[in-house]
Amino acid sequence: MPAFFNDNGFLILLMVQQALLALSLYLPLTAGQLSLATPGFYALGGYVAAVFSTRIFPPSEGLLSINILLFEMFVAGVLCAIAAVFVGVPALRLRGVYFSLATIAFVEVLRVVSLNLEITGGAVGIFAIPQVFETQLGYLWVLFPLLCVVCGILFFVENLRPGRALRAIREDELAAGAMGINVLAYKSATFIWGAVLAGVVGAVSAHLLNTWNSRQGTFDASVNCLAYVLIGGSYHLLGPVVGGAILSVLPELLKELQDFRLFINGLLLVLAALFLPQGMIGRAFLKRAK
Amino acid sequence: MTQITGNNDMSLLPENSTPDRSFFFIENVSRRFGGLIAVNAVTFSINRGEIFGLIGPNGAGKTTLFNMVTGLQPLSQGAISLQGQRLDRLEPYQIARKGVARTFQNIRLFGNLSVLENVLIGSHRLDEESFLRGFFPHAQHRQKKMKNIEAAHDLLDLLGLAGKKNEMAKQLSYGDQRKLEIARALALKPEFLLLDEPAAGMNPSEKKSLADLLRKIRDHFQLTLFLIEHHVPLMMSLCDRIAVLNFGQLIAVGNPADVRTNPAVVEAYLGKEERS
Repeated sequence: MPAFFNDNGFLILLMVQQALLALSLYLPLTAGQLSLATPGFYALGGYVAAVFSTRIFPPSEGLLSINILLFEMFVAGVLCAIAAVFVGVPALRLRGVYFSLATIAFVEVLRVVSLNLEITGGAVGIFAIPQVFETQLGYLWVLFPLLCVVCGILFFVENLRPGRALRAIREDELAAGAMGINVLAYKSATFIWGAVLAGVVGAVSAHLLNTWNSRQGTFDASVNCLAYVLIGGSYHLLGPVVGGAILSVLPELLKELQDFRLFINGLLLVLAALFLPQGMIGRAFLKRAK
Repeated sequence: MTQITGNNDMSLLPENSTPDRSFFFIENVSRRFGGLIAVNAVTFSINRGEIFGLIGPNGAGKTTLFNMVTGLQPLSQGAISLQGQRLDRLEPYQIARKGVARTFQNIRLFGNLSVLENVLIGSHRLDEESFLRGFFPHAQHRQKKMKNIEAAHDLLDLLGLAGKKNEMAKQLSYGDQRKLEIARALALKPEFLLLDEPAAGMNPSEKKSLADLLRKIRDHFQLTLFLIEHHVPLMMSLCDRIAVLNFGQLIAVGNPADVRTNPAVVEAYLGKEERS
C-alpha cells in the first residue's frame, strides 16, 4: 500500500487538487452563473504563497512551518474574496454569456499583470518555493481534509433553505426575485466563496509545484475546469469532484499511448458530451442512487 | 420632445374613484422606451379586498404596468405605493417581501423542480430570517420546515394539483402550469396578488372554474387581486372594478357596467362610429 501511494502520490494529489478547483467553478454555477474566473483566483492565491514564503518568511533552513502555510492560505482566501467583490459587483450585473466573458477577461488581465510585475517574477515567475512537507504526498494532509470540509459544507447548503433558493435562481432568476429571493446576494455569495476556494487551493499548490508563474492562470485552465464540471455533472456536488478527479488523471494514464493520448482524451470528451449531456452524475444517476 | 400629459379627462372616471391611499395607489406613472411611451401618466387606486381588472388591446402597456409594480422595470416618472409605503425604486425581492406576489403572462415556473418544490420556494419569505442564518439549521428549523410543507400541500389541494406534487413543473399541462403559478404566488402569503392573464390558454369550462377559484382565493386569504385578462366576459363577471388602458393611456376606470358602455372604451375596442 505505501508503495502504491509513493508511486502514484502526485497523481492522487492532482486528483484532489483538480476536484477542488472544479468545486470552485461549481459554486457559482449553483446560482446559474458560469464563472471562468477560477484559474485567476487560483493564480492569485499561488502568488500570495510564493511571495510570502520566498520574500517575507523564507525559512532559514529546511522546511517551512505548516503554520505559515495555513497563514498563507488565510491571506490568499481573504485577498481573493476582496478581488471577487471588486470583479463580482460589476460583472454579476451582466447575464449569461456576458458574465462568463467578463470572468475570462479577469483571468487574462491577471495573467498579463503578473507577466509584467517585478514582485511576481515576470515571465520567469517565482521558483524555489520552500517546501512544507518532506514528500509531495504530505500536501494530501492539507488538500484532502479541505476537500472533505468543502463537500460537507456544500452538502449541507444544498439540502437547506439556501439550496432551494439557489435552485430557483438557476431555473429562473426573474421568477426567483419575484418570489422574494435576494438574487444578487446569492449570486455574489457563491461567486465570492468560489474565489476563496480557488485562492486557498492556489496557495497550497504553489508549494506543491515548487514554482509559480503566469501559466498557472490561463484561459486553457479555465476550459479544463469547465470540462471537469460538464463531464462530471453540474447538478450535484459529486459531479465536479468525480469529473475533476477523472479528467485530471486521464492524460497521465494514457501516457503510454504518447501522442495518441490527446486523440483518445478528446474522443472521450466528445462521447461524454454526446451520451451524458448532464454529466456522469446526472439526474438519472441521482434518481437511481435514491 | 413630446410633452407628457396625463389623461385629465376626469369626467370618464366615476366619482367614487378618488384616490384611496389606504391600500394600493399608482400616481402619474409613466414608462418610456426611447421615443415610445408605453405607459403614460397613469393614476388610479385599488381598494383593499377588491378584485381589480386591467384590460386593453394588445400593446396597451398592461404588462409594462405590472412589471413596474413588481420592480422588474423602473418607472420613468411617478410613484407607486402600497399601504402608504413606496414600492418604486425597490428591488423585486423587496417588493415581494412586502406582500406583493405575481404570476407571469409567459409562464415562468422553475421547470426542472417538482411541483411541491415550486410552491416551497414561495415560503422563502415566511422564514423572515437573515440570509446568513439560513445556512445554519437551528432548533425550530425542523418544525418550521414541516409547517411550510404542510402549507404547500394545502395550497396544492386548493388548486387541485395535490396528485401531481412530485411531477416536474415543466411536465404539467398548460392549464395546470398556470394554476401552479398561482399556488406558488400564494405561498408567499401575499396581501396583494397580481395575475397576468391567468386564463390564457384555458378552455371555457376551465375559465369558468378559474373565476370561482379566484373569488374563493380572495375570500379565503383576504387578498386584493389585480389582474390582466383579455377575456372580457370573464372580467365583467369577476371584477369589482375595471381599468382600461389604450396606447399607454388610462381611458376609463369604474365598475364593469359603466366601463362596458363608456364611449372611449367602445372606440378603443371596436373603432369609431362613422357619422355622415
